[in-house]
Amino acid sequence: MLRLTCPCCGAAADETELAPGGEAHLLRQGPGSSDDAFEAYLFQRKNPYGVHFERWRHAHGCGKWFHAARDTRTLEVFGTYSAQVSAPPQDILDRIAEKHPGFSSEGGQ
Amino acid sequence: MSETARSQGLARIEAVAGRGMITLKGDMDSRRFKNVLAKALDLPLPDPLRCAFEGARGIGWMAPDEVLIFVPGAEVPEALAALRDKIGDDHITAVDVSDARAQFRLTGPGAREVLAKLSPVDFAPARFVPGTFRRTRLAQVPVAVWQKDADRFGLVCFRSVGGYVAGLLANAAAPGAEVGYFTAGG
Repeated sequence: MLRLTCPCCGAAADETELAPGGEAHLLRQGPGSSDDAFEAYLFQRKNPYGVHFERWRHAHGCGKWFHAARDTRTLEVFGTYSAQVSAPPQDILDRIAEKHPGFSSEGGQ
Repeated sequence: MSETARSQGLARIEAVAGRGMITLKGDMDSRRFKNVLAKALDLPLPDPLRCAFEGARGIGWMAPDEVLIFVPGAEVPEALAALRDKIGDDHITAVDVSDARAQFRLTGPGAREVLAKLSPVDFAPARFVPGTFRRTRLAQVPVAVWQKDADRFGLVCFRSVGGYVAGLLANAAAPGAEVGYFTAGG
């Protein structure tokens, strides 16, 4: 069972209170982008066996979107953070680095 | 309102009719928002996940930009007018949602267990204390639930699922359905 603490209201929310929003920190590709970049933006997602950054919405709670960093292999949650950022904050990256030395979130698609 | 759902087993469960509810939305960090609440209704802004009740009136924290105000049903037009008068041109919205929601009251030592059976929230007596106000899931529908004092809980859900919630609560509180988790020192 996955439990994430919503950074907007502070409640420890069970997975069944949340709506998943898929991979986080996607860079929008719109008019002017190449076909390949647009296709990747629309359809291609990371599916890592390990550290993953995700979007979640506290659907049955305060209703707000937020980000979560967790390990899909161990289900360890490294932390949750504001939806209004385009990259994970340093304290989350530090926590990930403790468990996964040399981890880089720059992997891209 | 015709709902008179009432059951007594683990807890006394009553559908509460005639309560007025007003949703107030806006930037809660702003001084204006607190002023509107204080001057129009003499209500404090609750902390996140908390509520405050004084007699028949109360206020619950719904979201970072939303509170739910409880007043007796007959006082809604007056309260709404007072709020809108204080809001003026500010970007704060006040809406009467009394008819959108059904409200329930759960009383008795088993009330905590009835709720804990149906929701993923931690209802441990040390965690869910009087004054806690939490929006969550009750079986398949969203609700807001709060604790008023030791053995009294309140709950609101959308009116359209009021019958479903009444059935859920009655079933979870049926005589003989006790688990005894909290009384066993859990």
